[in-house]
Amino acid sequence: MIRRSGEKIAVLPFLAAGYPTLDATVETVRSLDGVAGVGAIEIGFPFSDPIADGPVIQEAFNDALKSGVTSQRVFQSLGTLRGKVSVPLVAMVSYSIVFRYGPERFVLDAKEAGFSGILVPDLPPPEADVFCAMVRREGLQTVLLVAPTTTPERRQQIVKLCSGFVYYLSVSGVTGERTSLPTDLVEKVRGLKNATMVPVCVGFGIGKREHVQQLEGLADGAIVGSAIVRKMREHRERDAKSIAGEVARLVKTLVA
Amino acid sequence: MSATAVLERLPSHFGPYGGVFVPETLVTALDQLELEYIRAKSDPAFVAEFERLLREFVGRPSRLYFAERLTRHAGGARIFLKREDLNHTGAHKINNTIGQALLTKRMGKPRIIAETGAGQHGVASATAAALFDLKCDVYMGAEDVRRQSLNVFRMKLMGARVIEVQSGSKTLKDALNEAMRDWMGSVEHTHYIIGSVAGPHPFPTMVRDFQSVIGKETREQMLELTGKLPDYVVACVGGGSNAAGIFAPFVEDASVKLIGVEAGGESMNLGRHAATLTHGRPGVLHGALSYVLQNDDGQTADVHSCSAGLDYPGVGPEHAYWKDTGRVEYTSVSDHAALEAFKLLARLEGIIPALETAHAIAEAVCLARRIPADQTVVVNLSGRGDKDVQEASRLLAMQS
Repeated sequence: MIRRSGEKIAVLPFLAAGYPTLDATVETVRSLDGVAGVGAIEIGFPFSDPIADGPVIQEAFNDALKSGVTSQRVFQSLGTLRGKVSVPLVAMVSYSIVFRYGPERFVLDAKEAGFSGILVPDLPPPEADVFCAMVRREGLQTVLLVAPTTTPERRQQIVKLCSGFVYYLSVSGVTGERTSLPTDLVEKVRGLKNATMVPVCVGFGIGKREHVQQLEGLADGAIVGSAIVRKMREHRERDAKSIAGEVARLVKTLVA
Repeated sequence: MSATAVLERLPSHFGPYGGVFVPETLVTALDQLELEYIRAKSDPAFVAEFERLLREFVGRPSRLYFAERLTRHAGGARIFLKREDLNHTGAHKINNTIGQALLTKRMGKPRIIAETGAGQHGVASATAAALFDLKCDVYMGAEDVRRQSLNVFRMKLMGARVIEVQSGSKTLKDALNEAMRDWMGSVEHTHYIIGSVAGPHPFPTMVRDFQSVIGKETREQMLELTGKLPDYVVACVGGGSNAAGIFAPFVEDASVKLIGVEAGGESMNLGRHAATLTHGRPGVLHGALSYVLQNDDGQTADVHSCSAGLDYPGVGPEHAYWKDTGRVEYTSVSDHAALEAFKLLARLEGIIPALETAHAIAEAVCLARRIPADQTVVVNLSGRGDKDVQEASRLLAMQS
């Protein structure tokens, strides 16, 4: 599902939906769609208790929720881009939200809004089995996490459920930029690449161009979250188009 | 049997509830924990050591006490108190932390973390950490640090670090979030001692098992004292560990009615109570499917209770199962009624209960009043109220 430009590693920016506004999210998707090397965009649905997220994303989610963002409004806003952008959108959403929304209905509404895939970070197999089947039945792609702590047996179980890409967590821990990536990362990603035909993208702790370059020739994509959300926070008082422009500028430096 | 022999896994669900809803990073540790627990509980050396510590360190068995004046006051059924407040550290929480600290040692991990609301689980964790020479960090909401300053001091005195949590509502659920985040990055050398029957599998099962000593003793003590099983067992429910501990050994006894008492707070409006089973719906929170207090978008609702230990928007998944199957009846008691019961037990019996426990006392008195004198009610007196005297005097001053 990842949009590639040549053989180069793709960058997958993460946006906290509705932060600082839903307009900013929509405008940012539109401007990133025009940046070569952006392979897909992850849209994080704001959640009150995100246990996998560090302070930057937590704060963005909190602010978005305070301003009245709901899953339904995220779908409505992004739905306005349907057919107007070519970059694939991946919904990243807690199962707390999906369960309350109704899993079937969530998948249908995500499809309707133009999403290409769904990643539910707190839904590992075997709990994930039924939901993944539901996602694929509707023609959307599944994305699941593999962690540094995942055993080879579980890794097999997980990659079998992935159709869009495998999301490899570079570090054990929460989201947020790190100064350097772990030394065994190369080895771990190689192992994972050998275990699956599905693309492998690496996330958590990636915020700099050097990090992306370290993954070149190794992974299919690099996911950048907190660095982008932080950039949006810096410019949160500005209008949606200006925020989108700043994010696109940042992402261009990452893909270069 | 070789070390790699396939062990029979524990059931991960209670009916539809329970399960493992956490990021992949934690799954391997949860698997490891489950396997270690399965091995430990069939290892006579582990069981003997656990029992020895409960006896010699915790002071078990805890007493079962006939509350004569409280009974006379209610004017109905006889009320017995299971005195978990007399355990070392002053609550039932220590039963679980001793068990999990022993497991931590078996797994070779040098550090434990814990979340705490009222501070009783934090104190019990710090105590176990001191006893077993483990490094200990306790996450506690800033609001609870204020309400329960005595317990903060106790934890520090025993060598634990108390990390004040400023996110969200600054109470128990936020402490749990922060502990989970810590564990995401420290899982290889740290064990997370969850203090309730909540969280992902195997915690709800394991914590219930460690706390079941309460119900097993109650059973024997009631048979000895009255010659029969109790007619009612009453316990307060936040996450639900003291209730699960006293209920579980009676679940198969159809004649024993089990009543869980939640925090009714100030009113029935969402945000002003913590009565998850009474007013909530099935949902996912903190790693398990259970009843939760959420808004329509799946966001966790604010909760309120005068007692920090019940101030939680979720509940253990086995309670959800017991509710749906009708095995346990769940009800709620308001802040006001709990404070009245707090005073009542102090005056009539010379026992100051924890504010959490006061909810169960309030319900037990109402219940005893409605039923005849030949019936018996056991209340799990889950903790003592020393930690609450400051907060209670503040709240009582506001009422008068």
